Amino acid sequence: MYPANFDYKRPATVDEAVALLAQHGDAAKLLAGGHSLIPAMKLRLAQPKVVVDIGRISTLSYIREAGGKLAIGAMTTHQEIAASRLLQDKCPLLPETASHIGDVQVRNKGTIGGSLAHADPAADYPATILALDAEIEVAGPNGRRTIRAGDFFVDLLQTAIAANELITEIRVPVTAKTVAYVKTEQKASGFALAGVAAVISPSGVRVGVTGIAAKAYRATGVEQALKGQMTANAIALAATHAADGVEPLSDIHASAEYRAHLAQVNTRRALERAVSRG
Amino acid sequence: MPDQTPYIGRAMKRVEDPRLIKGIGTYVDDLRLPGLLHACILRSPYAHARIQRIDTTAAKAIPGVVGVFTGPEVNDSCGLVPCAAAIPDLKAPKHTVLASDRVYFVGHAVAVAVASDPYIARDAIDAIDVDYDPLPVVVNPEEAVKEGTPLTHPDLGTNVAFTHSVAGGSNIDDAFKRADRVIKHRLYHQRLTPMPIEPRGAVASYHAGEGTLTLWSSTQIPHLLRTLLPGMIGVAENKLRIVAPEVGGGFGAKLNVYAEEALVSHLAMRLNAPVKWIESRRENAASTIHGRDQIGEYEIAVKNDGTILGIKSRTIADLGAYNQLLTPMVPTLTGLVLTGCYRIPAVKIDIVGVYTNKMSTDAYRGAGRPEATYLIERLMDVIAREMGVDRLELRLKHFPAPTEFPFATSCGLTYDSGNYQGALTKAKQLAGWDQLLKERAAARAAGRLFGVGVSTYVEICAMGPSAAMPAGGWEWGCVRMEISGKVTVITGVSPHGQGQETSFAQIAADRLGVPIEDVVVLHGDTNVAHYGRDTYGSRGTAVGGTAIVMCIDKIVAKAKALAAHLLETTADHVEFANGTFSSPGVTNREIPWAELAGAAYIAKSLPAGFEPGLEASSFFEPSNFTFPFGTHICAVDVDRDTGHVAIKKYIAVDDCGPQINPLLVEGQVQGGIAHSIGQVLFEQTVYDENGQLLTGEFMDYAMPRASDIPEYVLGHTVTPSPVNPLGVKGVGEAGTIGSTPAIANAVLDALEPLGITHLDLPMTPERVWQAIKTRTAATV
Repeated sequence: MYPANFDYKRPATVDEAVALLAQHGDAAKLLAGGHSLIPAMKLRLAQPKVVVDIGRISTLSYIREAGGKLAIGAMTTHQEIAASRLLQDKCPLLPETASHIGDVQVRNKGTIGGSLAHADPAADYPATILALDAEIEVAGPNGRRTIRAGDFFVDLLQTAIAANELITEIRVPVTAKTVAYVKTEQKASGFALAGVAAVISPSGVRVGVTGIAAKAYRATGVEQALKGQMTANAIALAATHAADGVEPLSDIHASAEYRAHLAQVNTRRALERAVSRG
Repeated sequence: MPDQTPYIGRAMKRVEDPRLIKGIGTYVDDLRLPGLLHACILRSPYAHARIQRIDTTAAKAIPGVVGVFTGPEVNDSCGLVPCAAAIPDLKAPKHTVLASDRVYFVGHAVAVAVASDPYIARDAIDAIDVDYDPLPVVVNPEEAVKEGTPLTHPDLGTNVAFTHSVAGGSNIDDAFKRADRVIKHRLYHQRLTPMPIEPRGAVASYHAGEGTLTLWSSTQIPHLLRTLLPGMIGVAENKLRIVAPEVGGGFGAKLNVYAEEALVSHLAMRLNAPVKWIESRRENAASTIHGRDQIGEYEIAVKNDGTILGIKSRTIADLGAYNQLLTPMVPTLTGLVLTGCYRIPAVKIDIVGVYTNKMSTDAYRGAGRPEATYLIERLMDVIAREMGVDRLELRLKHFPAPTEFPFATSCGLTYDSGNYQGALTKAKQLAGWDQLLKERAAARAAGRLFGVGVSTYVEICAMGPSAAMPAGGWEWGCVRMEISGKVTVITGVSPHGQGQETSFAQIAADRLGVPIEDVVVLHGDTNVAHYGRDTYGSRGTAVGGTAIVMCIDKIVAKAKALAAHLLETTADHVEFANGTFSSPGVTNREIPWAELAGAAYIAKSLPAGFEPGLEASSFFEPSNFTFPFGTHICAVDVDRDTGHVAIKKYIAVDDCGPQINPLLVEGQVQGGIAHSIGQVLFEQTVYDENGQLLTGEFMDYAMPRASDIPEYVLGHTVTPSPVNPLGVKGVGEAGTIGSTPAIANAVLDALEPLGITHLDLPMTPERVWQAIKTRTAATV
């Protein structure tokens, strides 16, 4: 309930934030929307010496179209993403996913950058970020670099972001309407027991899965099995590969067996829904 | 002149609500006293361990820390945590305020730090060094009763706290001899965490000069606390003031005397400074009482036509590590209403209370009655299915007729009044029962899993006659007609969400003929409400409301005597209506309350021997409990692929007698059903094999949310109780009691085509899916 003592820094710019991370190293933690860090601090599971609050860096909050892609500032809230007409029109999977996160209060404070950086294995965005083949831009002492979604999630709560970097922007492609995110909630937390994002495009099908394993993954077995066939039978058959090669988590909320099963059911449902939107 | 429409029976919004909605109510944590210190408690991470050593040196050295205390430093100055349940031959461990040399459950209080602010107190806890020597852990109560298993409390020599056997009605062995069939069933009522939105908290302030202590506590029972705390802290009852300010929900979890209440009181005296302790959510999940956790095995003797001859039950109740206030009594309540609303001639009930290394169980919304109702209502469906009789017909066949009340049950109770047929008929109508069955047939033909469930219940409210209660079951009230004509009502019940500031004002306004705005209802402070037995067991209105009615009757009688004097007539010629005293035929003069009260207090012209003032207090002793009843019907869809249950329709017909405020009744029923939706579909308190609590916060303990709640169709019938002059019965727990079996029966009805006849609670999607999977080819 009461966190341990910490210093509080509130940079006004990305450069200041990067400088603070360089100065304090592992002792520092970035505070974005605060929905993961603050509960952990209140339980003293996290005891950073320095909290770097990037919530006032106004240049990190935007949604715009640029270079044929949609660029979203890291500090854009889930609610802003869910309500964005631009995204609903050009990349509807992202607002659909955002609308499944937490509740209104969470969505009003939580940010896409914060969620991705935390890399909770049951968060919603990772499935969608993978299915969209998004790009994540990070800033560090040596400037900015881009990480492909497929390289971003390393392991449980671990990403390809270095300790001295922060996410600045997420870039997603313009897609057709044939996308869907289908989620089964963990009843207590509202996180995903099994969240499946499907993108059907002329170049193929991409399926991202979250909640099942230690990190979100692309269900390549499903994508390959479909071979462009989008009939009900083909989808049902392909969906059985949704948990191929992954080691599902098991806890009081769902056994590994049930998680794998939900991955299959929700994959089928996501693909069916995406097809139906064509 | 007030509106002539009676306030009683009106759906009025609560007068309590504006301050709560605006955030300007005062909860315990809102209290700010000069020099306030903050306590934080170190709790055991082990379910069972020997404390080898505690080193508080580093913690004491932190600037701002005022004191750090361990069990050996505190327990000698604090009495044991009390248990009020009178269970013969109860083997009970000594329940000290802090752990002495052992810890017995995860969350057991080991030490307390007091500091100038709560952050420092928390820092101090982290700096306490404890060496634990882990001991064997007892988590499974069925294993715990076997020979040679580890002991929760080795010094007791057994894990069995008590055994309780009751036989009622006709001879049980004869009943089973005459049976055509004996049906056996096993049911588990899982452990639940009450999770009031406001955790517990206490502030104690000691006045060394007066030797008086004030304790503010988030409690349902300030008066019982005032009775029991002196034995723990050595401050006499008449030097002790307990205040229950706004209390953010109790559900039975705050119907208790907790170690922390004595601890902060002791610390306030010891440190001669006010001390505050506010429970964190994790502490609340681990160290505030849990509910339910009863395993039952049943045998039912039936004739071929479905007639039930008798029931034998054997219940194992998991008590946890310690007896809290009513811990061992709760499972015996289950036995009291095991026959439900049915004529079942013979019963035999055996209960074994078992200690385990977990938090205590105790009274949680319904306390025993939900368990009993779930059992009998599941069994009615089992019997109907096994014997091939209609489940409604089976129920109707065993209902006593409305003319048979008061109805004596074989469990030893006398049900006050009832018309079970009426509630069932009304619920069938509201549900469109025949149409629902057609929908089910159509759904089944289409391969969908759609089910309809019913439960008919009776429960025990208005607790209760003192003879049946551990510490008096009367209620006290006081009504004062102020000199201005305003009315002050003081009640000994302690509402914490029930809305009696509104409903008691309705009663007083009607009976006194004053505008409701002129009535104020006070409660929850033992210096204001001098006596009381507080709020639990749906007793507030039926027992506490009656005490108010008695006070009003006394005041009106006294006022009539004064009015007669002023009107120059005799009391039997005085009429009282709409707040005005008159004597038609004698004089045209009318005396309103304000004038009469003025005369009573200014006291210039009183009849000879007339005491000034217009105030009366009363103790009401009920002659019996009350027994509300009803019928709940639920329709569900089960998703074959995921096992997810969706409630499609919910109909509740409850009979709590005449309703003082239908809006409050509806709120109670809605909230009660929500509790059951959680219990049937997803809520459960989980300890692992090491006694670690896995559901210690909202990330893991699944509470029902608004989106889980269907639109209810609520109806009622009205069968007054003869037990009190208002005829009211109580409704605080009925929703929870009636709905658990209705929902469970609906799920199992949906699964019947697959041959699934039983599922344990909670019927989580995975549990439902696993059951479906074993009976059908796997589908994606």
